Amino acid sequence: MANYKPTEMMTIAAARLLKNDDICFVGIGQPSAACNLARLTHAPDITLIYESGTLATKPTVLPLSIGDGELCDTALTTVSVPEMFRYWLQGGRIKVGFLGGAQIDKFANLNTTVVGPYDKPKVRLPGGGGAPEIATSCGEIFIIMAQGKRSFVDKLDFVTSIGHVSGGDSRQKLGVKTKGPTKLITDLAIFAPDPQTKEMIVVSIHPGVTREQVQENTGWPVKFAVKVDETPAPTARELEVLRELHARTNRAHAAA
Amino acid sequence: MARITSLSEAIAGTVNDGDTVALEGFTHLIPHAACHEIIRQGRKELTLVRMTPDLVYDQMIGMGCVKKLVFSWGGNPGVGSLHRFRDAVENGWPHKLEIEEHSHAAMANAYEAGASGLPCAIFRGYIGGDLPKVNAKIKRVTCPFTGEELAAIPSHRPDVAVIHAQRADRAGNVMIEGVLGVQKEAVLASKRSVVTVEEIVDELPERSLNAVVLPHWTVGHVVEVPGGAFPSYAQGYYPRNNSFYKAWDDIAKDRDSFHAWMKTNVLDKGPDAFAQYARKHKAAAE
Repeated sequence: MANYKPTEMMTIAAARLLKNDDICFVGIGQPSAACNLARLTHAPDITLIYESGTLATKPTVLPLSIGDGELCDTALTTVSVPEMFRYWLQGGRIKVGFLGGAQIDKFANLNTTVVGPYDKPKVRLPGGGGAPEIATSCGEIFIIMAQGKRSFVDKLDFVTSIGHVSGGDSRQKLGVKTKGPTKLITDLAIFAPDPQTKEMIVVSIHPGVTREQVQENTGWPVKFAVKVDETPAPTARELEVLRELHARTNRAHAAA
Repeated sequence: MARITSLSEAIAGTVNDGDTVALEGFTHLIPHAACHEIIRQGRKELTLVRMTPDLVYDQMIGMGCVKKLVFSWGGNPGVGSLHRFRDAVENGWPHKLEIEEHSHAAMANAYEAGASGLPCAIFRGYIGGDLPKVNAKIKRVTCPFTGEELAAIPSHRPDVAVIHAQRADRAGNVMIEGVLGVQKEAVLASKRSVVTVEEIVDELPERSLNAVVLPHWTVGHVVEVPGGAFPSYAQGYYPRNNSFYKAWDDIAKDRDSFHAWMKTNVLDKGPDAFAQYARKHKAAAE
């Protein structure tokens, strides 16, 4: 029995993909946890940017919202939101963007808009926010999402932000020059695009997880790379730093 | 030209039924007190513009003030759904809500274009997704120099911008610090404006040479409402009350508990109700 939760494995696997010289556009929730875990372990100089305008921020606790005072207090500088989207994101200065969503398909297109028809939705979700342009303006995209048949679907109800569109060279044909989703990190596995078809295929499975489990939690027939690695289990240090970060965050949010 | 006035006078003098109103704030400095005053004055048929509609728009939608919402992300950040917004879109309660949906980049650009006096905003965006299929205002234009296809949307030109800031001086010059959002652009893009502030001071404090200041001749009504951004925060005054944002999830989930909360905390109260939050956190910080 593993001494860690699948979501901890997911956060840690995502954190490991980040490098010390990366410049990341960070979203709230799992991406924020992964980016700050990286900063507190192997990537102390990583530049974290939140869309509220905070550049190179080093929060001691995770923000609940994208513009918490903690982010501004610990940032190198804070710019206005139009400047953030124009000079920094559209200007091509962000290397890695993080996204998640309510639904994903096999080409890593994402839906954060509606479940059901747009005009008469079964569930009205918050919407795209920064995602449509993050998806096309950042050098590459990492996606973090827990797997399940309702979220890993054969066909999206709505395409909020594009991944590899319909596969092959369909993304470049739209005039997009950035790489798009290069990694999809889940609570069960890590997916990466097939070099030709651009379908997200499994390249690494987390310890104790079977191929059958990955398939059972995916709404399309999953393809596996020729060589599938086993994701190294979380180290004691990774778990300790992540749990301390969450504990500090929970204390701070309960106090406010 | 700035007029220092009361909140009820400021809202009565600027916000009319049917107006397009932008109450802006990006997590920080959200004009809660001004929102409550609009609800108390019973404004109807409003078109609300906001990048991140949160609790204040949830409250106005639930109270039936809103005809249409122009937005890019409508949730309770880090918590989940806006239940009143969802109830309006999914079930038409209390009545049908029109929506015009954008991305953040589009909204930010549209405010900047409005402040710049331009008819439209042009940017590299909306590539490949479905938003252009459901929003007829999203168009493509071709760069006359490079041939690149870019996105264009109309600029935002609200009738009224409503924002909260830390300080104004007695002439009505307004100073904003911290996470700036699109508030400066929203005020400059709008025909009229209401700025609530934590304090009105004799002189703005010592500041960076590049401090963000809206000159008094660019703002309309300036009103001192200490604590007026609570439960959001005012950098240097009081922190965000994350517990309230979490509590709102339960309050707003149910139509009756929502109405009960609005009656007790909005309809039966006035702007003075916010002062307790300003004092409390200031004292705690000392």
